[in-house]
Amino acid sequence: MLDALILSRIQFAANISFHILFPTITIAMCWFLVFFKIRHDMTGNPIWMRAYRFWVKVFALSFALGVVSGITMSFQFGTNWPGFMETVGNIAGPLLGYEVLTAFFLEATFLGIMLFGIKRVPNKVHTFATILVAIGTSLSAFWILALDSWMQTPAGFEMRDGVAYPTDWFAIVFNPSFPYRLSHMLLASGLTASFFIAGISAYRILKGDTKKAPRLSLKVALIVAAILAPTQALVGDFHGLNTLEHQPAKIAAIEGIWHTERGAPLLLFALPDQQNKTNHYEIGIPNLASLILTHELDGELKGLNEFAGEHPPVAPVFWSFRVMVGLGLLMLGLSWFACYHFYRRKGLPAWLLKVLVATTFSGWLATLAGWYVTEIGRQPWLVTGILKTQDAVTSLPPSKVGFSLTLYLIVYAFLLYAYTRTVFLMARKAIKVEEFETLEPQADGNLSHVSNPQTTHEGSH
Amino acid sequence: MMDAYWLAIIFIGLMGLSVLVYAILDGYDLGVGILLPMGEADEAQRDTMIASIGPFWDANETWLVLAVGIMLIAFPAAHSVVLFHLYIPVAIMLIGLIMRGVAFDFRAKAAVDHKLAWDRTFKAGSLLTTLAQGYMLGLYVMGFEASLSAHLFALLSGLGVTLAYSYIGAAWLIMKTEGELQKRAVTWAKLSGRLCFIGVLAVCIVNPMVNPGVFDRWFDFPLVMFVLLIPALCFAAFLFNDLLLKRLPKVNDRHCWLPFLLVVAIFILCFSALAFSFFPDVVPGQMSIWQAASAPESLTVILIGALVVVPVILAYTAFSYWVFRGKASSLNYH
Repeated sequence: MLDALILSRIQFAANISFHILFPTITIAMCWFLVFFKIRHDMTGNPIWMRAYRFWVKVFALSFALGVVSGITMSFQFGTNWPGFMETVGNIAGPLLGYEVLTAFFLEATFLGIMLFGIKRVPNKVHTFATILVAIGTSLSAFWILALDSWMQTPAGFEMRDGVAYPTDWFAIVFNPSFPYRLSHMLLASGLTASFFIAGISAYRILKGDTKKAPRLSLKVALIVAAILAPTQALVGDFHGLNTLEHQPAKIAAIEGIWHTERGAPLLLFALPDQQNKTNHYEIGIPNLASLILTHELDGELKGLNEFAGEHPPVAPVFWSFRVMVGLGLLMLGLSWFACYHFYRRKGLPAWLLKVLVATTFSGWLATLAGWYVTEIGRQPWLVTGILKTQDAVTSLPPSKVGFSLTLYLIVYAFLLYAYTRTVFLMARKAIKVEEFETLEPQADGNLSHVSNPQTTHEGSH
Repeated sequence: MMDAYWLAIIFIGLMGLSVLVYAILDGYDLGVGILLPMGEADEAQRDTMIASIGPFWDANETWLVLAVGIMLIAFPAAHSVVLFHLYIPVAIMLIGLIMRGVAFDFRAKAAVDHKLAWDRTFKAGSLLTTLAQGYMLGLYVMGFEASLSAHLFALLSGLGVTLAYSYIGAAWLIMKTEGELQKRAVTWAKLSGRLCFIGVLAVCIVNPMVNPGVFDRWFDFPLVMFVLLIPALCFAAFLFNDLLLKRLPKVNDRHCWLPFLLVVAIFILCFSALAFSFFPDVVPGQMSIWQAASAPESLTVILIGALVVVPVILAYTAFSYWVFRGKASSLNYH
């Protein structure tokens, strides 16, 4: 029977899965916009401005979806998980409060100027507004990741009468897993935005867009992806070592190790069987898991047997991890291969463009899979060692939670459809826009150089 | 570290301020959404109306997040009780906010033949949001009583808040638009203002009747001489605005900003009256701010940040309103 706990968990998972899609795009995309805008201001090349003008629209749409689903998220704590704030509110509260105070207002206010203010403020102020929005979105990530990391690896607090009290705010924010988690997330955002920009730009080119802006966007995005992908692999490895130190049960689930062993193999495929505490159809590389995690061929890895009753469900963690890593490797290979084509062949063949269109949302899938590893991997704890998920849930009747869950699922499914459809529609609309339509004069009139279209080496291929 | 007594008072003050700022700011943009005319021929007016709130709605909505955030942070016990009782209307309000927030962006980017559908979504979302908010306010004032009369009162309150938001939305449009649309806005303001006045009157009568504590507080001599200033001023503002609206628009668009200012004053007065009725309860009749407050060490940490950051927020909010001063022009990206 579905009770309020399972319904609330499904609802939270649905909400956070839907919400995370949009910040993942906007956090990094805004830095792309900053780059486009600054390049434009420096070179006077209108192609950068055209790239900005297209992507700022996509940014605005993604941002709107992030805002509305984020507000929904902020209510979830109170509506479905009252035990969370009652137990750790003294710590979670200020972190969430600082997010609103330092990030939300900043991004929301300057977004108005960024989107609609270009004719009303001097160009430099507009560029500055873009930078502030980018800082705001990244600050948002900072606070949310601080809270999430604290829930994974709590520090800097003491328990009095079952309630957590802060003792050291520095230790709370910069808890043991925070630096790894934050950099992992920011890089994930970078890769998601890169592949998103590359995919849509490739789509425009395939659809017959002969302008330079999509080619320029494509190139920038692929170069960024080619740099970020290996960095992400490295950071991911450090993150894994950190998790092994602080959350060994999660690692045991990721690796599918049921019993503590030395020289554990790296499983490429297996069907974990929670009932019988074993894996079926294992395919693995001998000793590799031990080598990666302990840097010794026969290093000892703790198995799930050490955490009886306190370890996460194995199959979803095991498989999400493999999906994440698989997509990461795909993005690494694809971005390098495409960059190689750019430099040796001076362009991308049609089939490669098609592959890039197909992988437009690969970052989304990898990010979702990564979140499932980290969040499901924390179970049965909501806050590791302090609060179990089942103890935080509301005492509402299941019918009410079922009602809200149904509403959200319908709305989210529809919005996801509308969003992807609209993004591709915007790409098709952009094809019809004239290449050298002149920019409208600025309030300060300092864009006169733009009226003389010129191409620099960035734009020519 | 400050003591718990004063921290709770400061935070209920901050929370009240955010609720009030939210009601005024998101109030006018929700009101604009409610007033959106749906005829095929009204498209240009819809564009202008939406353009008038375009640069602001997102920041306006953030005040709601701040208000709920402060309750979550400073009064977690109250937060749980309130959201437990308001679960369904909160879910409906969130759906409304989602519909509105995305429709705003989709309408400009979707295929041309979908624009009207998104405008309808925008209007429906705005209406759903305001009805839900008013309904919640009603239940809150009734101390989450489960009776039929409490729900009827909440329904009435939902209608009242919707009218109040229409009123401030229309006043905003008088300030931000010109020509035909401005004339329409004057008509909307007159009508919603009068209906809103009836609503406020009804709440003034019902509230002390159902809450004996509220009655005692309001009619406690000699304070009564002072506190009755609030309804008196409120009444004067309604009356003066009604007389003013009959003369608008004036030559050279004089006084086009005055109705908005008057409605803001009405909002502030009504809010003060509610706050005066219930302080220091954070859940009327059930829980005081001191019973619900969280640890002083956490509140101090937030307070320090808030004292630094809030003036900065107010400054750049003012900057944004200054940048987009004057009549709303057509809304397009660059």
